Amino acid sequence: MLTKESHLKRNIFGKDIEMAPTRDGYGIGLVEVAEKNVNVVALSADLTESTRAAKFRDLYPDRFIQMGVAEQNMVTVAVGLALQGKIPFVSTYAVFSPGRTWDQIRISVCYNNANVKLAGHHAGLSVGPDGATHQALEDLALTRVLPRLTVLAPCDAEEARKATHAAAAIKGPVYLRFSREKSPVFTTAQTPFTVGKARVLHDGKDAVIIACGPLVYEALVAADRLVEKGISVRVINMASIKPMDEETVERAARECRAVVTAEEHQVAGGLGGAVAETLARSYPVPVEMVGMRDSFGESGQPEELWRKYRLNAAAMVDAVIKVIKRKH
Amino acid sequence: MKKLTTLDSLSRMANTLRRDVVTMLAEAGSGHTAGPLGLADIAAAMYFNVLNIDPRRKNDPDRDRLFVSCGHTAPIWYAALARAGFFPVEELKTLRKLGSRLQGHIDRLTVPGVESTAASLGQGLSIAAGCAYAAAMDGKNYQTYCVVSDGEHDEGSTWEAVNFAGYYKLQHLTAIVDRNNIQIDGPTEKVMGKEPLRERYEAFGWHVIEIDGHNIEQIIDACQEARAIGEKPVCLIAHTIPGKGVDFMEGDYRWHGVAPGGLDTEKAPPKNKQLEAALRQLHY
Ligand SMILES: Cc1ncc(C[n+]2csc(CCOP(=O)(O)OP(=O)(O)O)c2C)c(N)n1
Ligand SMILES: [Mg+2]
Repeated sequence: MLTKESHLKRNIFGKDIEMAPTRDGYGIGLVEVAEKNVNVVALSADLTESTRAAKFRDLYPDRFIQMGVAEQNMVTVAVGLALQGKIPFVSTYAVFSPGRTWDQIRISVCYNNANVKLAGHHAGLSVGPDGATHQALEDLALTRVLPRLTVLAPCDAEEARKATHAAAAIKGPVYLRFSREKSPVFTTAQTPFTVGKARVLHDGKDAVIIACGPLVYEALVAADRLVEKGISVRVINMASIKPMDEETVERAARECRAVVTAEEHQVAGGLGGAVAETLARSYPVPVEMVGMRDSFGESGQPEELWRKYRLNAAAMVDAVIKVIKRKH
Repeated sequence: MKKLTTLDSLSRMANTLRRDVVTMLAEAGSGHTAGPLGLADIAAAMYFNVLNIDPRRKNDPDRDRLFVSCGHTAPIWYAALARAGFFPVEELKTLRKLGSRLQGHIDRLTVPGVESTAASLGQGLSIAAGCAYAAAMDGKNYQTYCVVSDGEHDEGSTWEAVNFAGYYKLQHLTAIVDRNNIQIDGPTEKVMGKEPLRERYEAFGWHVIEIDGHNIEQIIDACQEARAIGEKPVCLIAHTIPGKGVDFMEGDYRWHGVAPGGLDTEKAPPKNKQLEAALRQLHY
């Protein structure tokens, strides 16, 4: 059963569900926060359209800075802006930032506690035909280990919009993770979003799927399919990777006693790693991880890649069945 | 490998490569068109005349090396490698498809003849410089070439490589800059200044030769001059036209990362006619 308090759209499994990439939500959110706060500025490294900073550029040309293809400089220029009271949103692909800019992020942004908002785009395999080089599958690991950094991985375009607002409201560094490919927009303006809080979207007691990003929708599909098999699965949207809502994770482990994690990321160091760390400390139960297993992606259509690397609802169904067999 | 020695045969080859590029990109339904079309004459000159390479001896330690730093221009290099005999031409149509060796960005581990994987801009010249340094250490005489896009000159790391190569006087290193004046967000000088490019390289101790990147004779002559100069790395600033050969693409930055059939512009025919129109213009 979908939970009432999550206020999801009606008929989320219908064929006519609205589709949009999470980066669209960022583009909308960025313009909305800019409207409210004149200190919001945006920086782009020659990827203005595809990171959805174009609308901001067109509406607020004086608050937009074109950096050229120079990500390291972009992040540190943003630090300088932030130290003077600006709220810089820095957008490029996640493979380049935090990929290439990690040192700048670690020292000049995080250690320095600069109010910089880092938008990492084209995360996950669903980047598709551009191939492994452009598919960020490590960015959560890179950012999750940094003190003072908040890490958010919204599940759909609407939540991406809210996460962008939340990032602007936080005083301190934030990393936001977005996808290129369209995915179902199944949350609504009423769906709650709080940094540090996980949301139970689907009730269940036999196992729990904890997911982030576009795989949250796949988790709901998996839970729905498993109902037919008589298996009751809880689904948790873990958009706030850091801080992580450990209480909700622990409660789910106690009540369901079997956990599946799902992410478009390496299982090492990402959401799966974070959940396993939490459970090892609090309430160890069997965990199965849906995600990349120490391999790079490749060129292909997003759906084909999800199938090949087992990042979809079918993979989660299998993982749930497997983890239930491992229950103590 | 048998070289093409007449300018006419090399121009024909460049045209063939352009046809391959538009065909494979249209088939893939995504990818980069403008840069690769602009690089076709350079690719033909390098793979069919300048480079001392042989597909039957891919790992020959004395072969010339050509590194591509701008990995998104993969299609033109895949086409050149296939036509040069490194893998079957048939395979070109698998570009960007699941299971293909022809990944979206140039890939060393899957494609025979590719010297290094590239995609994140501003890394190739460092790799080429490392290669040239190794050649000097080993007393080898092969030439190391590196194709660098103009957009990549925004990256600080490109200039770290330029400085390194100049400082160590890497004489067997030749950079070929694709000066096509476009990058993703617009004309290069509008996005971020690169000029005076020639003087910048010279300030770092390089010898610079400016050429018309569509004049195959100039490309070959400049490469010979670069090899002969010694004592310094050489930068060939090759002035090119992005989208060269297809009138509705030429000079238009919007074709940077779109395949034929993927963009409506004022000049372009309807999407479903774009490939056909491009091939018609690329008839030799
Ligand atoms: C480090 C890095 N940042 C950003 C990108 C995304 N990107 C790919 S091509 C490109 C434009 C670069 O301009 P140029 O190479 O001159 O493009 P072309 O002339 O081929 O159109 C950008 C920003 C990248 N590949 N690597
Ligand atoms: Mg260019």
